[in-house]
Amino acid sequence: MPNSRQNSESFEIMISNFEDIILARQKVKFLMGEMCFSLLAQTRIVTAVSELARNMVTHAGQGKMTLFQVDGKRKTRGLKCIFEDKGPGIQNIDEAMQEGFSTANSLGLGLGGAKKLCNEFKIESVPGKGTSISIIEWL
Amino acid sequence: MGDVTILKIGNNIIVPIQTELHDNAARELQTEILRRIERTGVKGLLIDVSAVNIVDSFLGRLLVETAKMVRLMGTETVLVGMKKEVVLTLIQLGLKMQDLHTALNIEDGLALLETMVSNRFLQGRSHAKFKTE
Repeated sequence: MPNSRQNSESFEIMISNFEDIILARQKVKFLMGEMCFSLLAQTRIVTAVSELARNMVTHAGQGKMTLFQVDGKRKTRGLKCIFEDKGPGIQNIDEAMQEGFSTANSLGLGLGGAKKLCNEFKIESVPGKGTSISIIEWL
Repeated sequence: MGDVTILKIGNNIIVPIQTELHDNAARELQTEILRRIERTGVKGLLIDVSAVNIVDSFLGRLLVETAKMVRLMGTETVLVGMKKEVVLTLIQLGLKMQDLHTALNIEDGLALLETMVSNRFLQGRSHAKFKTE
C-alpha cells in the first residue's frame, strides 16, 4: 500500500480451522492493545479480522495472516494485516464486495463488512491462484 | 460442549456466554440450548453476551437463528448485555438483528421475557376460546 512502511517485526499465523480464527483475533487484539488503539477500534478491527480469517477457512481451506506495524505520513502509526490464501480466488471482486453476495450460504457480509470496519482495504485475487487482502487501521 | 454453562432458573433458561466461541463451539451451544428446551419445556431463554468482546456476522446470525428456532418450540428469547463497542461494530458491519428481542442487562431482560411469555400465553388462550365458540 502507498504511504506505509513496515517498521517492526512481523507476526505470521497460519489459519486452517475455526480455533485458529480465535487465535488470530486474540493476537490482533493484543497487538492493538499494546499500540494503544481505542477499545472501539480494537473491536472493529478484530471483527474484520474474524470475517476475513473465516473467509480463508471457508473458501480456501487455509491461509496465512501476517501482522506488522506500519509508519504513515506525519508520524502516524498503524497496524497492517495481510490475509493470503491459495484458494480458488474470486471471479468477480465487485460482485463479491456487495452486501448480501455469498457463495457459501452465509449472509454475505464478510468482505463488504470488513471493508467498512477498517481505514484502508485492498483486495487482489487471481481466479485459480488465490486471494490476498490487506487492511490497515491508523492510530 | 462443556464450555458454556446453561442455567435453568424457574421457567427460564439463562445462558451466560463467558468465552470466545469458535464457530463449531457456537453451533454446539445452539444444539445444546435446543436440547435443554426440549427436555425442560421452559418458556423463556435469556442469552447474556456481556462478556463477549466480538460479535461477527457468523455469531450474530447464529444468535438470530437460535431465537427463531426456539420460538418454533414455544419459547421466547431475549439477548442481553451487548457492549457499546459491539453494537457500534454490528451496525457498521450491516448485520440486521431486528427479529431479536434485546435488553440492557439480565434484570431488564428477565422482566421483558416475563411480559413476552405472558402475552404469548394470553394470545394462545384467546385463540383457543375463539375456536370453541
